[in-house]
Amino acid sequence: MRELLWLVPALPLTGFLALAAGAGRLPRPAVGVVGVGSVGLSLLTALAIAADFAGPAAEGAVFRQPLWQWLAVGDVAVRFGLALDALSLTMILVVTGVGFLVHLYSLGFLAGQEGLNRFFAYMNLFVAAMLILVLADGLLLLYVGWEGVGLCSFLLIGFRYRDPATVRAARKAFVVTRVGDAGLVIGLILLVVSLGTLDIAALTEAAGTRWAAGDALPVAAAALLLAGAVGKSAQLPLQVWLPDAMAGPTPVSALIHAATMVTAGVYLIARMHGLFALAPPVQTAVAVIGAVTLLLAATGALAQTDIKRILAYSTISQIGYMVMALGVGAYGAAIFHLTTHAWFKALLFLAAGVVIRRLGDEHDVRGMGGLYRHLPGAFVAFLVGAASLAALPLITAGGWSKELILTQVWAAGGGGPFLWLAGTLGAFLTALYIFRAVFLVFFGPERTVPGGATPATMLAPLAVLAVLAVVGGAFPVPAFLAGSLPVPATGRAAGWLFGAIAFGLPLLGIYVAYEIYLRRRTAAAGRREAPVPARLFGLWQRGWGFDALYTAVAVRPVGWFVRVNRGDAADALATGATAAGTAGHRWLSRTQTGRLRWYAGALAGGTALVLAVAVLA
Amino acid sequence: MILVALLLLLLLGGAGAWAAERAGPDWPGRVALAVLAAAAALVLALWIGADAAALPGRGGWIAEARAPWIAPLGISFHLAMDGLSLVMVALTVGLGIAAVLASRIDIHRRTGFFHFTVLWTLAGAVGVFLAMDLFLFFVFWEAMLVPMYFVIAVWGHERRVPAAIKFVVYTQGSGLLLLAATLALAAAHHDRTGIASFAYADLLATDLSPAAGLWIMLGFFAAFAVKLPVVPLHTWLPDAHTEAPTGGSVILAGILLKTGGYGLVRFVWPLFPDAAAAFAPVAMALGVAGILYGAVLAFAQTDVKRLVAYTSVAHLGFVLLGVFAGTAKALQGAVFQMVAHGLSTGALFIVAGLLQARLGTRDMGRMGGLWPAMPRLGALTLFFAVAALGLPGLGNFVGEFLVLWGTLERSIPFAAVAAMGLVTAVLYALALVQRTFHGEAPHGDAPAGPPPRDAGPGATVALAVMALAVAWLGLFPQTVLDAAAPALEALLQAADGTVTAAAGGPGR
Amino acid sequence: MTPMPVMEGLLLAAALFVLGLLGVLVRRNILFMLMSLEIMLNAAGLAFVVAGARWGAPDGQAMFLIILAVAAAEVAVGLALALQLFRRTGTVDADAVAGLKG
Repeated sequence: MRELLWLVPALPLTGFLALAAGAGRLPRPAVGVVGVGSVGLSLLTALAIAADFAGPAAEGAVFRQPLWQWLAVGDVAVRFGLALDALSLTMILVVTGVGFLVHLYSLGFLAGQEGLNRFFAYMNLFVAAMLILVLADGLLLLYVGWEGVGLCSFLLIGFRYRDPATVRAARKAFVVTRVGDAGLVIGLILLVVSLGTLDIAALTEAAGTRWAAGDALPVAAAALLLAGAVGKSAQLPLQVWLPDAMAGPTPVSALIHAATMVTAGVYLIARMHGLFALAPPVQTAVAVIGAVTLLLAATGALAQTDIKRILAYSTISQIGYMVMALGVGAYGAAIFHLTTHAWFKALLFLAAGVVIRRLGDEHDVRGMGGLYRHLPGAFVAFLVGAASLAALPLITAGGWSKELILTQVWAAGGGGPFLWLAGTLGAFLTALYIFRAVFLVFFGPERTVPGGATPATMLAPLAVLAVLAVVGGAFPVPAFLAGSLPVPATGRAAGWLFGAIAFGLPLLGIYVAYEIYLRRRTAAAGRREAPVPARLFGLWQRGWGFDALYTAVAVRPVGWFVRVNRGDAADALATGATAAGTAGHRWLSRTQTGRLRWYAGALAGGTALVLAVAVLA
Repeated sequence: MILVALLLLLLLGGAGAWAAERAGPDWPGRVALAVLAAAAALVLALWIGADAAALPGRGGWIAEARAPWIAPLGISFHLAMDGLSLVMVALTVGLGIAAVLASRIDIHRRTGFFHFTVLWTLAGAVGVFLAMDLFLFFVFWEAMLVPMYFVIAVWGHERRVPAAIKFVVYTQGSGLLLLAATLALAAAHHDRTGIASFAYADLLATDLSPAAGLWIMLGFFAAFAVKLPVVPLHTWLPDAHTEAPTGGSVILAGILLKTGGYGLVRFVWPLFPDAAAAFAPVAMALGVAGILYGAVLAFAQTDVKRLVAYTSVAHLGFVLLGVFAGTAKALQGAVFQMVAHGLSTGALFIVAGLLQARLGTRDMGRMGGLWPAMPRLGALTLFFAVAALGLPGLGNFVGEFLVLWGTLERSIPFAAVAAMGLVTAVLYALALVQRTFHGEAPHGDAPAGPPPRDAGPGATVALAVMALAVAWLGLFPQTVLDAAAPALEALLQAADGTVTAAAGGPGR
Repeated sequence: MTPMPVMEGLLLAAALFVLGLLGVLVRRNILFMLMSLEIMLNAAGLAFVVAGARWGAPDGQAMFLIILAVAAAEVAVGLALALQLFRRTGTVDADAVAGLKG
């Protein structure tokens, strides 16, 4: 079965080609069948391969399927090929699984809207690119997938291209991630110039033999790869594109900006763990970036009023957890959290999508309230997702994965406890902001009454994801991943206090949210909503001012330069020459007065001059 | 002989096309297509017949034709083709076909004369790529210019005459420097060896003093720098490209600019290795400046054709960077970039021409929200815009990647700054798509008249073929790389290898 | 013969020449310009005669005869041009005909 590996990305790619070629000619049902079916078939293939290969993968086996040699210059050759191990098997199951559910959901979400063909074409291309990314056995093929998902993200954010704000958001996403990608490309080239290969396995081995931990080259290369990861995964300082990316349709936000594309950076660092192990300063940076991002984004989520933006900031924050885990070497925990996050975040987005649709495209939580009666399905789904996000222990998958991260972060050497503190504070804030959303949207006084009904194609994926978000913690994912990722050394032990904190914090967060957003809100309508000073709240809402910073530092100068130099200063060479010629003409014309006496005088003067020169010189 | 046949085919075919106008306004185009198809067959035969691996380092040509011309001065009529010129000639013929097809969009009067000038321009370009005698090279260099002037000045848009004059002045001025440098080189050769010769192989061995070498090299460089173009000598390009008719723009951007790059590869390095090595940092800086400056200025334009014109400046900055980085990979990347850029930018000019023909304007402020009316054209524009910004899997990425790779082997700072060009490329590519096909229709415009027609079947097929070519180049670049590799290796060897040895790489 | 005062003669010639030149430059009336030109020519002739006398060669006198002939021819043409000028423009002001300006 494992020989069918190439089918996994090829099926959605074929779907894309079919939809692109048949644009406008296929009837609507056929579009749905092709769009959803290709990903569904890919999922089945992936499951079949998993059934075949899961055992060997857990013991560290790698199945390689070379494709073709891309180019060879001089003595270096770059080849395209696929590699399957525990890590990539996990990833393709997540991508095809969540992808299929979101595709199915989209059928209902986009019912009655135009552009279905375009939507599924882009979504299929995205799934194909993401699968290529995680299956690539060489960094260059990975980069092909990397840019491919970036392109699809741009196309899908800008799906409703008539809205100028959407167009701007799409451009912002592409440009910001491209800044990271530029660093990634230089890192790639640095690696191939130094080690002579881009094949990940060969590269890691060569790096291990040729470089010692802390050498300048691995540090530089790892830092550049980190730049790419930071851009794609919306971590500090390139996180500003993700909240605006919510301008895309909700299924897009669920699939691309929660479950899969934004986790590509996490995957990259996990895959290149061998290189990162040789660059301790970069690893520290990774951990710190993760910790700071998770706190920053959690405060941001607390202050948003658009339900999708709350979830967007939440995504940034949760990826911060994964990145922090990567920084301390807890690779298995990070990927485990990646999978549980894919389930519960997609669940949250899809449930929010139901709410948005039924309320006639209302995004603002201040326009919602008391919806648990009218939208029971969405309510349960959202509640389950919120519980998993808040990491309620034992009963949710998110609880298991976050607890694993926090335990291993605490156990890490160096500043482990500080990171743990950040993570714990973040956990409290997480419970607080997500249950703020729950209470504001589903409880309290009703403001807008939903209309219509939710189709089964939208409810079924919610059900599946809800189940996964609860029981998914039982999957032995970290143990499975030990087949391809290193397990961190055991360090500090975590005592009974840990269990207590893990148990109590989410509940405390829920209680505080209940207090502020339900009890006091219903009781005193005029009370200030924010539990903190208004200026701080405003700063959180604006994402700590990063947007303003980048606008001032990058956008405005470029805009100024563009305005000032539209006529192209270099043209001065040509216009200057023309101006000089014309001026010279005008000046010399003055000697042609047309007057006889003037010419006579000039003759006389010239003669005198020549004579003087001849006689004196 | 096959090379002479190729040239004669284009020249006589041009005359035939002019005469064919008597049969009807469509006939010159058909004759031109037939001529170019025959030329393509010849090139294909050459490609298949060329066993690239069997070529020895120097002196092994795929095809050659030689005849004495002005014997007392040592000028001969010497044409020769190796892998590099094969790739360039193939590009010329391919884009020539695209240009003739594209000319159906906006050439409706005096079609015979138009196809005559187009074919003679192509003949001039082919001659440039094949000439192995420096005087002959100069003759063909100037021969490319005159028909192109007519193309711009007769069939161009509103400001065609000033644009054409600017084009001529810039190119002629630099051509004068080229002539002076050529004569100086031949004179120096004559001084040292007593033989009067303009032959490439003879002049390769000329022993020049460092100062003389530098000045003569700069003379050559000036001509190629104006043509490539190199910032700040590039300002003729936006005007010429914008005002030229669609077919003319395709030829200008796709072929004529590449003659500058070809000249740098073929002449500057091998003839003046020391001077070029000394000049390399300046040239690389100019290349990087071009990449960034061209991109930012492209983003600033409101005229869609001018935007595409500036992207040429940005893309060919990579070529300059690659040529002067001096490593094998960078050189391969520069050549590949020339091919990929010719295809993708040629296609973008065709798109711009279609937009102008359908909408009657090039001003993007009056476009917007065109996708529903023109989905096919929108999708193709998106494809080529994405290719232009260097998406991996498409042709332009291969060229840029190889150039960056080769440059990093030589100098990390240059490569790092050039990589910023990947970000600036996104700005103009997205601006191109978003200002025309995305966004809302222009303000206050009640739908005046019927919505514009989408691209017709002919244009769609032509653009689709070019898209397939770009995708093929991106996924299977080895075909072109293999063809050009032996020739480029030979050129690097001819540059004494002193430069590649001097390139220190990190960690090596 | 009494020795020819060469210096004074040449000085006189120079003075006459300058006076003639000034006359050409200052006078606007074509006829007066022609007269001033005559003075310049005669001054040149005087210089030749003085030089010829200084060196005892007849060439000075010969040159003077040539100058006389040239002056006559020149006056003829000049007066014809002046007549044409008057006929076409109704004035003899040299500054009035600046048609070749620019």
